[in-house]
Amino acid sequence: MLRRLLVLLCLAAPAHAQEEVVLGLSQNRVAITANFDGSEILVFGAVKREDSIPEGDPLQVIVAVSGPNEPITVRRKEKKFGIWVNTDSVEIDGAPSFYAVATSGPLGEIVSPAENRLHQISVENAISSIGAQTQKPGAAEFADAVVRIRTNQGFYMLRENTVDVSEQTLFRTSVAMPANLTEGFYATRVFLVRSGEVISTYETKIDVRKVGLERWLYNLSRQQPLVYGLLSLAIAIIAGWGASAFFRVIRQGR
Amino acid sequence: MQIYLPIAEVSVNAFLLLGLGGLVGVLSGMFGVGGGFLMTPLLFFIGIPPAVAVATEANQIVASSFSGVLAHFKRRTVDLRMGTVLLVGGLTGAAIGVVVFNYLKSLGQVDLLVKLCYVIFLGIIGGLMFIESLNAIRRSSKNPGAVKRKKHNWIHGLPFKVRFRVSGLYISVIPPLLVGVFVGILSAIMGVGGGFIMVPAMIYLLGMPTKVVVGTSLFQIIFVTAFTTLLHATTNYTVDMALAVLLLVGGVIGAQFGAVIGTRLKAEQLRILLAIMVLGVCLKLGLDLLIMPGELYSLGASGGH
Repeated sequence: MLRRLLVLLCLAAPAHAQEEVVLGLSQNRVAITANFDGSEILVFGAVKREDSIPEGDPLQVIVAVSGPNEPITVRRKEKKFGIWVNTDSVEIDGAPSFYAVATSGPLGEIVSPAENRLHQISVENAISSIGAQTQKPGAAEFADAVVRIRTNQGFYMLRENTVDVSEQTLFRTSVAMPANLTEGFYATRVFLVRSGEVISTYETKIDVRKVGLERWLYNLSRQQPLVYGLLSLAIAIIAGWGASAFFRVIRQGR
Repeated sequence: MQIYLPIAEVSVNAFLLLGLGGLVGVLSGMFGVGGGFLMTPLLFFIGIPPAVAVATEANQIVASSFSGVLAHFKRRTVDLRMGTVLLVGGLTGAAIGVVVFNYLKSLGQVDLLVKLCYVIFLGIIGGLMFIESLNAIRRSSKNPGAVKRKKHNWIHGLPFKVRFRVSGLYISVIPPLLVGVFVGILSAIMGVGGGFIMVPAMIYLLGMPTKVVVGTSLFQIIFVTAFTTLLHATTNYTVDMALAVLLLVGGVIGAQFGAVIGTRLKAEQLRILLAIMVLGVCLKLGLDLLIMPGELYSLGASGGH
């Protein structure tokens, strides 16, 4: 808490000239259609400042995009009676379904650990703060497992040196979103960092939504499950019967 | 060509799904099994969430079985009376199975028990079938026509006898009813049609002729899986129509080829092929339980999802 106060004080101190982010996104909506196979979003912007560029360490930029938080159950296997069985589990109240961090330099060098924690920049910080809420001892290992598994699956990514900053004023990067996206608002945060400290933040949202047939099917399955179920069966039976009739015609044609 | 599945919320290659559907469809037509015991694990493997895989697979089995059963109706190899008795048992069993499934879910061990069910049942049935059909092939190659099934056992002592004309049987309704219940329970727990249990049970327990067995089991499977599909769609919202359509387009085409191949092979050859396939899946699932997994942790949606 004390550290947090100190950081806030540092922020308030007029050590840095006022610098603000002006942001642009190539798209602020992602439409999930039937043939959706991922999306690349261009994040670009400029730094607005009253005075000239301050001296000292150059400006660094971090862009973090995080998908909607969802509760998950993490289970651990142990060997019992010769086979591997789930023995322990921890409920994590919320972990982002997607998390991408793009930086203009090595994350550990451009931002101090305290600032990283305070602003929950890296995914470990975004999750561990949640994992700590669960009372179970050893919950941290389970939170680590979430990060490890999702990183391997390509849902969490840290891409260092992918933000281009020119003249300490203009910056741009692109965030690749995978095909397996969950619906919801994707919080997009931009941090301006100087000498390891975050001097300005900016937050906006990318709206990820199913559209068209996808939207219709999803809504039907939730709002009228019986109709949806019967429709599924009808399609199945028609397809089965249709194929049968089709092949009969082919065979008779010979 | 990638396609985004609206309920599963994953993006997969459409041709992969068509191919999987086709492969399983061929098996379905050949053996009269729905193919669920093969398809459900395959769907897990390509990254479909298990709950969606199980529910959607039930829907797909309806389609491939329907196509298959029509082909069998043409050849008059469906025993409707026997099928109805099995069906009554099957629907009862499916209802019981759902209750059991939810109970296991509350214990948090449903994955393990489903896999153990697979290993145990596939192992026993695959093994028995393999040995039996190997013996049958050996016998028939020595002196053809000498194959004889046991005509009288304890089953013939039971009451409520009914004549099943198509099967050429005069037996009590109790054994087929019990077989139906048992298969219904398993199909709800394991997310399969249950043909791989029912076909051997009909051949060895009820003594039905092999040619009638396939059509009759398909007939029963259609109704039980349709019931399961509706149950999943209305309670768990896990039936993915887009996934089902892709699988069944491949499946119904495959089933037609399978039915043709099935008529060209001898019954013993069919059975030994099915046995090898069943044992293969069993071995794979068994090894997964025995070998230390690369990742000890696994993620799952929370209960109130």
